Amino acid sequence: MALGGRFRNLGRALSRRPTGTEEPVPSQEELNRVPGAELSSRLDPWWWLVAAVAILIVLLLIFKSDPYWRILLFVRDGLAITVLLTVVSFVFIIILGLVGGLGRIAKNPVIHLVATLYVEIVRGVPLLVQLIWWYFAAPVVIQSLGQALHISALANYRANAILLAIVGLVVCYGAYMAEICRAGIQSIHKGQMEASRSLGMTYLQSMRYIILPQALRVVLPPVGNEFIMLLKDTSLVSVVAVADLTRRGREFMAAHFNPIEVWTLIALVYLIMTLFSARLISWLEKRRSY
Amino acid sequence: MTETIIHMEDVHKYFGRVHALRGISLDVQVGEVVVILGPSGSGKSTLLRCINHLEVYNSGKIMVDGILLKSAQNINAVRQEVGMVFQSFNLFSHLTAIENLTLAQRTVRKRERQEAEEIALKLLAKVGITDKADCYPSQLSGGQQQRVAIARALAMNPKIMLFDEPTSALDPEMIKEVLDVMLALAKEGMTMLVVSHEMGFARAAASRCIFMDEGQIIEQGTPDKLFSSPSQERTRVFLSKVLQL
Repeated sequence: MALGGRFRNLGRALSRRPTGTEEPVPSQEELNRVPGAELSSRLDPWWWLVAAVAILIVLLLIFKSDPYWRILLFVRDGLAITVLLTVVSFVFIIILGLVGGLGRIAKNPVIHLVATLYVEIVRGVPLLVQLIWWYFAAPVVIQSLGQALHISALANYRANAILLAIVGLVVCYGAYMAEICRAGIQSIHKGQMEASRSLGMTYLQSMRYIILPQALRVVLPPVGNEFIMLLKDTSLVSVVAVADLTRRGREFMAAHFNPIEVWTLIALVYLIMTLFSARLISWLEKRRSY
Repeated sequence: MTETIIHMEDVHKYFGRVHALRGISLDVQVGEVVVILGPSGSGKSTLLRCINHLEVYNSGKIMVDGILLKSAQNINAVRQEVGMVFQSFNLFSHLTAIENLTLAQRTVRKRERQEAEEIALKLLAKVGITDKADCYPSQLSGGQQQRVAIARALAMNPKIMLFDEPTSALDPEMIKEVLDVMLALAKEGMTMLVVSHEMGFARAAASRCIFMDEGQIIEQGTPDKLFSSPSQERTRVFLSKVLQL
């Protein structure tokens, strides 16, 4: 066959390549080994720090139950509020951040402008000022609007401190999260999008199955960072009538005046929560290595 | 007996002020293997990328399998028929080899998982990497990655395969394993457009070679004729540089 002759030519052309000098082929076991995976099979040593702080707290509660146990009982509802604020806000922050991040890379100039304005304005105002604005100014704005438009539901609006605190946290952190999402998506090589589009997948399919899962791995460390910062920054809501952990601590101190014990315990409670979160994030990161 | 599957007519493409394609007219018949040669920046890759609309051409006309490349719906219809292999492989790095092959089958071709996996395993066997089906791209060599990428494109049952410098990012000892797969494809009668400087492959498999420079097709012909007696001075100068290596 004529084609056969051509292939013989190729064989000759290719045989000139230095195929004899091949490197020893690594075994399947070696190829399957992911750098860093050895660590994840063992217990992360930083768990010991979490354990140490936990033991310290338990010891204080047992051997100095007065006042530590009394303080803890007093602030426990505040602790619940802090956890609730953090978790609920974070869910909405992720959603807002994803939408904002996609808006920042959108080709549509209007969407891009809105997303960019949002990020730039919100990033430029201190979180504490934003929280105060939402609690003290926003209700008045809503009431005035309601009066002007004759909508009685808005005109009679009564500020809900926890709800407005969540709105304040979500709006502020959403802007930072939008930038993290944008950077994460843009960090994925554009060849990934080209490959998926060339297979006939739509833009949204490519985002969902190819780009976002890969971006997730990239953004996990900064997103985890945001989570820990959020957990600590919820303490700012104590100035806008939300009875969180910090505010309850201040109330206990006002009644009994023992600042050392109160603020040591409150600090340790924040610390154990952030340390624990950090370990969880690190575990998630290792699980997603490929 | 011959049937035109790609029809390009006076295609122009600009990148800003750079005139990348200057009036390309080209017809490719079913079963043809066309190798495109030319110096860096001559528009070879751009030409290829216009065929599946990764680049949007500015004027002229491109028809693929009787479908005019215009509206978004047409583009997805065309892309399903046109497989593309990239210089940098572009395997989905968060998916295993077999998942790379099944994802588009399931989301675009709407095949069931089992059917998609059967097709994927058959194709992985064809390119000789069945044992690496569950490996991630980072665990594969360049040659293996490129063979998976070829299998991934074939899983969509394309009528045309585009190869954009498929061996340029490979170490020398891995080039042969990729070219062997491409040769086997050519032998089966797949319509292929290949941007490559692999003269051995061109001689062995190409039914036609095209030489491009500065966004234009300078000349074309059978590989033997083009390599041994080019009619244009530019072709001769280019070939003398490439062939002496």
